[in-house]
Amino acid sequence: MTKTTETTGYNTRLEEKLSKIFAGGQEKYHEKLKESNKLFVRDRLNLLFDDGDYIEDGRFANVEAGDLPADGVVTAIGKVNGETVCVMANDSTVKAGSWGSRTVEKIIRIQETAEKMQVPMLYLVDSAGARITDQLEMFPNRRGAGRIFHNQVRMSGMVPQVCLLFGPSAAGGAYIPAFCDIVIMVEGNASMYLGSPRMAEKVIGEKVSLEEMGGARMHCTVSGVGDVLVSTEEEAISEARRYMAFFPANFAGKPEVLEAKAKKAGRSLEEIIPENQNAPFDMYELIDQLIDEDSFFDIKKLFAPELITGLARIDGQAVGIIANQPKVKGGVLFGDSADKGAKFINLCDAFSIPLLFLADVPGFMIGTKVERAGIIRHGAKFISAMSAATVPKISVVVRKAYGAGLYAMAGPAFEPDVCIALPTAQIAVMGPEAAVNAVYSNKIEAIEDPKERLAYVQQKHQEYKEEINIYRLASELIVDEIVAPYALRDELSKRLTIYATKDLPLPYRKHPIIPV
Amino acid sequence: MKQLTASMAGTVLNIAVNEGDSVSAGQTVLTLESMKMEIPVEAEFSGKVEKVDVEVGSFVNEGDTLVTLGE
Repeated sequence: MTKTTETTGYNTRLEEKLSKIFAGGQEKYHEKLKESNKLFVRDRLNLLFDDGDYIEDGRFANVEAGDLPADGVVTAIGKVNGETVCVMANDSTVKAGSWGSRTVEKIIRIQETAEKMQVPMLYLVDSAGARITDQLEMFPNRRGAGRIFHNQVRMSGMVPQVCLLFGPSAAGGAYIPAFCDIVIMVEGNASMYLGSPRMAEKVIGEKVSLEEMGGARMHCTVSGVGDVLVSTEEEAISEARRYMAFFPANFAGKPEVLEAKAKKAGRSLEEIIPENQNAPFDMYELIDQLIDEDSFFDIKKLFAPELITGLARIDGQAVGIIANQPKVKGGVLFGDSADKGAKFINLCDAFSIPLLFLADVPGFMIGTKVERAGIIRHGAKFISAMSAATVPKISVVVRKAYGAGLYAMAGPAFEPDVCIALPTAQIAVMGPEAAVNAVYSNKIEAIEDPKERLAYVQQKHQEYKEEINIYRLASELIVDEIVAPYALRDELSKRLTIYATKDLPLPYRKHPIIPV
Repeated sequence: MKQLTASMAGTVLNIAVNEGDSVSAGQTVLTLESMKMEIPVEAEFSGKVEKVDVEVGSFVNEGDTLVTLGE
């Protein structure tokens, strides 16, 4: 009898403590969340995990402090799309989600768990940064905040790492997103910056708004630190779940093949691709005709849109698409597009997602501005990532592929498993106009009669076009196949199935010196 | 007032509007030629063409003003 009462007493005490922990910070901070259309950390987790079900470690962290439930971070393990994942999620109702020593220790431990279990690690970030008052215990030491980033780097390419940014990610904390494979940002609430606007004003004298300097839209369009811009937290979570479905649990696995779906109804490739090589068209419309309907997951859609990078499915098989977008900046490659392509290729290659290149590219941009910005080293980064990738690589030359553009888009020299040309393909060092000018400019200028000059130029164009005629390139085995546009989707599907067993040994060395 | 600027260096191939014309969002106001490609420049919002800042054949650098639109 006494014993039962005692046990009940213990349980009551535990339950009281737990209910305080589950409630998070003070009511006024919960009100603040509602005002800014933000969800409480536990509601976010309920949406993220299958059936809202998860287990948790370190719930009692800093429980003796009384006002720091879970020490401002929930570290949990649950299922997403039926697969185990580890999560750390800041609670911004507890001291603005700031990091104390136990917060940091909890984050480090859940990362270690993800590594031991070889499962994905998700970071739900909403934090003001370090608790300056606790800095000695959480900043410089061996298991201080730096260890979080060290772990991220160590785990990169081992297990998927995803950041969902719901609020600020300030100062050193801004490196959590930077070391993730992908960053999903909620417009209006998410921000990343090394120094706040207030600090910028004090230290360098700049007056700037938070949105302008570190807002979600800025990062997803200008800096490229953000990958996916969403308008609500619910959307951020559903997009993260959609993204995760493309990935195996770790580098040793393979992406799951889902049920095949039909492509979207629409115009045929023959109708979409203009005959004039120099006229723009919308590459998204073409992609829609190759992939299963609604399967596209666009990465960095708003950043460097002259290159499209996204995950998709063809007959249920996962594929990473890298496509030039002739509708934007003529599809010319710039420094930013090269960075975008390089990161995406690294991501797909790390987790065995085959790559599909859709080339329609006049080349890398030229001129003073881009040379000064180092277009050569940016281009080298893209080409190096593509070259080093050992996943199946399918290169499709849709229209033109000129100069180093051909190289970047997995041209024949870079061991694509196949280089397919559409009948509209044109592969050359440069286009006919530029080439004829380069080779015959003296002769052209010497002809005085304008009619005669025009006739000469047209004749040289014709000769050049015959020189680079796609059937000639196929005859020389430069391209492996010429496929009719209407047959391309089926061709890609068959090849993806066949190449699924590709297994290429890596060169023996520590690592290459990656151009940056 | 809002300036439409060049997204990349190139020359002005043709100009589709005159000063005083009304344009709607998404309408092509001029076309640049760069890297032998046609680069259409579209109005970002509906408004009136206050000023055409370039001529056919002008070289423009990235960020240069092409057309000034008013509300």
